[in-house]
Amino acid sequence: MDLKDKLISSFMAFENNVDVEHPVHDVRTEAIKNFEKKGFPTKKEEAWKYTSLNSLQKIDFSIFPKEENALEYKDVKKYFLHEIDTYKIVFIDGIYSSYLSETTHDGVDICLMSAALTKPMYQPVIDVYFNKVASKDESLTTLNTAFSREGAYIYIPKNKMPRKPIEILHFATGNEASLMLQPRNLIIVEENAEVQIIERHQSLTGNEVLTNSVTEIFAAENGIVDYYKIQNDAPTASLIDNTYIDQKDKSVVRVHTFSFGGKLTRNNLNFYQNGEYIDSTMKGVTILGDKQHVDHHTLVHHIEPNCESHQDYKGIYGDSSTGVFNGKIIVDKIAQKTNAFQQNNNILVSDKATINTKPQLEIFADDVKCSHGCTIGQLDEDALFYLQTRGIPQKEARALLMYAFANNVLATVRIPELKTRINKLIANKLGVNLGFDL
Amino acid sequence: MAYTEEELKKELETKEYEYGFYTDIESDTLPVGLNEEIIIAISKKKDEPDWMTQWRLDAYRAWLEMEEPEWANVRYKKPDFQAISYYSAPNKKPKYNSLDEVDPELLETFKKLGISIDEQKKLAGVAVDIVMDSVSVATTFKKTLAEKGIIFCSISEAIQEHPELVKKYMGTVVPKKDNFYAALNSAVFSDGSFCYIPKGVKCPMELSTYFRINQAGTGQFERTLVIADEGSYVSYLEGCTAPSRDENQLHAAVVELIALDNAEIKYSTVQNWFPGDKEGKGGVFNFVTKRGLCEKNAKISWTQVETGSAVTWKYPSCVLKGDNSIGEFYSIAVTNNFQQADTGTKMVHLGKNTKSTIISKGISAGKSQNSYRGLVQINSRADNARNFSQCDSLLMGNECGAHTFPYIEAKNKSAQIEHEATTSKIGEDQIFYCNQRGIDTEKAIALIVNGFSKEVLNKLPMEFAVEAQKLLEISLEGSVG
Repeated sequence: MDLKDKLISSFMAFENNVDVEHPVHDVRTEAIKNFEKKGFPTKKEEAWKYTSLNSLQKIDFSIFPKEENALEYKDVKKYFLHEIDTYKIVFIDGIYSSYLSETTHDGVDICLMSAALTKPMYQPVIDVYFNKVASKDESLTTLNTAFSREGAYIYIPKNKMPRKPIEILHFATGNEASLMLQPRNLIIVEENAEVQIIERHQSLTGNEVLTNSVTEIFAAENGIVDYYKIQNDAPTASLIDNTYIDQKDKSVVRVHTFSFGGKLTRNNLNFYQNGEYIDSTMKGVTILGDKQHVDHHTLVHHIEPNCESHQDYKGIYGDSSTGVFNGKIIVDKIAQKTNAFQQNNNILVSDKATINTKPQLEIFADDVKCSHGCTIGQLDEDALFYLQTRGIPQKEARALLMYAFANNVLATVRIPELKTRINKLIANKLGVNLGFDL
Repeated sequence: MAYTEEELKKELETKEYEYGFYTDIESDTLPVGLNEEIIIAISKKKDEPDWMTQWRLDAYRAWLEMEEPEWANVRYKKPDFQAISYYSAPNKKPKYNSLDEVDPELLETFKKLGISIDEQKKLAGVAVDIVMDSVSVATTFKKTLAEKGIIFCSISEAIQEHPELVKKYMGTVVPKKDNFYAALNSAVFSDGSFCYIPKGVKCPMELSTYFRINQAGTGQFERTLVIADEGSYVSYLEGCTAPSRDENQLHAAVVELIALDNAEIKYSTVQNWFPGDKEGKGGVFNFVTKRGLCEKNAKISWTQVETGSAVTWKYPSCVLKGDNSIGEFYSIAVTNNFQQADTGTKMVHLGKNTKSTIISKGISAGKSQNSYRGLVQINSRADNARNFSQCDSLLMGNECGAHTFPYIEAKNKSAQIEHEATTSKIGEDQIFYCNQRGIDTEKAIALIVNGFSKEVLNKLPMEFAVEAQKLLEISLEGSVG
């Protein structure tokens, strides 16, 4: 049985475990119908031209984990940002681990999607926000919607800011030979509120894992959201990450994506600017080796006037890795005075590596400043030589230059400890000890 | 600017499509529709050898299996391929030896087009192969060219007289099954130009073809084949116009360029097909496949100025097969009223040290949509490939749209690729500055657009550059409010 059929037949089993009377269940039923109609995207679709899901569909994934598994904090400590105190929402094989988590209801809600979807007190919020910005048409998003039950639920009321950053962690323990996870996150930031979130998916074994995640973010007037995605997973883990962001007047949302690992990673990052004077920033560093494949798809839809968007993606591709960047900016007719910038720079360090990039503009307003730039190149031989004459070995010199290349993106990371951590990850990935923290 | 303000004013007053006249020449038109019999009939009419007929039928059978492409960013009512007449030749078609024998009415047409043959013969030194409704009616300067061993004639003549060259090269760059419209063209092409430059010869003059769609309800399917043998050089011009008609006319051409070792081909197009009227009615559908193949150290340069057609769908491309070969693409696409253009280029780097440059300028006004679509592909064996692309769009008014779809695929670590694109409008300060200096707004815009397009206009041969400049101004007339 192929994965699509398996998922559709599992939906009935899934229905035994959720409240089918709840209004959310109508959304789920609608979504599974759409997925049944569309199925998995194929390479014939323009958006999936460079990324194939065929090999993943041949794997016999378990849709629901059979038994719970516990983890000791000391074994997984290194995956947390343990240098500072954080709120933590931790899932093991898709099941919430209260032992490893630290949630709160003190002024802000940092808790579970399963609670939000079932408890009556959250009902008004769910009615307004759940599945409102996520696509009702894109097949993988609707697949997630159909099975939406668990994930992180974060609600920051007016003028509030949580005391510390929030970490969302998903561990896969390898209890199943192959596991499919579908976390669903909902993040709401009300007027003048602010939040910092770090998300990470981590497989702890060599078993196959496929995560199809959907995150909806709503930023109200003057709201600020900083979202960091760390993708440094095991070579048998694949991730399809769909993020939908709805922004109102003067809100600021920044999403940083650090892709260093995993077998196949697909990021669909969609910004909808439903207001004026909005600032949207998306930045990414991708460093790949082996046969890894990372595909970044971004969409910024400028709907109202006087908004800005900034995109900056850097990629370094080694071995037989493949990188895809597809950035799309749409400026509507009434969205005058839009400033939209997009930058994508890539370095290929191996002859077997491939990069496919398509920075795309669709502009219907005339008083706008839109630009995109895209380069594919090598390290500057002169700079390399200069460093070598100063006694820096070639390997370190190369790493230093690559590090400098990616550094622009790190400059806007606003949690210093996280910046240090990512610095180390980059150094590690480049196989050197830089001997300093920038 | 090369002409005075009065002249410009006069031209601007004739806002309607100025080439919109219809020449009353009896045409020999085949019945509408498309089937194998029609193809055989076309082939027979042209006295073609059997291999050519088979080639056409092959393409037709392949075409039947194909579907019309949908991916382009244009919306239009699909042409009904059974409602088109696939062959229309001016009826009185004797073989001319001198201009005196040419139908005076035909000559009058050319005069209106501003390319009167005799004048050009004397003054411009341009050899013109005129294709009217798909059949080449006059080729000038053939003798001068023949002395150098250059073959410049219609493709039907080439099939008769130089079958070995046609057989060897036709379909090698654009295979007959390449795409929907290329296959259709391969099946039904009525005429076109053929050019062969022998080894080491620099063609002493600009070669030029002028296309014109005259007969109502005919599609124009011409086929151009330019072969530059080792070490040769040729500059080729192509201009297109069509009379105004309410219905949409179809134009599906194929152009193949072959530059052998060390050869250089410069191909310039000024396309001014009827763009439809202000309500977006009528106009030409321009679906063209143009591709060039570069062998070692060869160079192909495409320059195009696109101001006409209701729908344009055109990607002049270069396959850089040989080491050290160079591909260039310079384009200005202007859309006004309801025009739609989806145009750009493909640069396929196969050889080592290959270089390509893409400069594309899009200007959209009125309710038009203008898209740039390009592909830069570096294959794994193309060491040290270099590409620079720049696409700038200028928007006039808030009802038009500008789009960019650049595809970049690199499979070699030594590749160096740069791509940049900007979208902007004409700055109010720029116009204010001009006004201040006593230049009215209309004129100021012409000036600014000219400056915006300069990089591309500079690449055109002199005579064409002046015409193109005028075309730009006429196309944008009335777009500023």
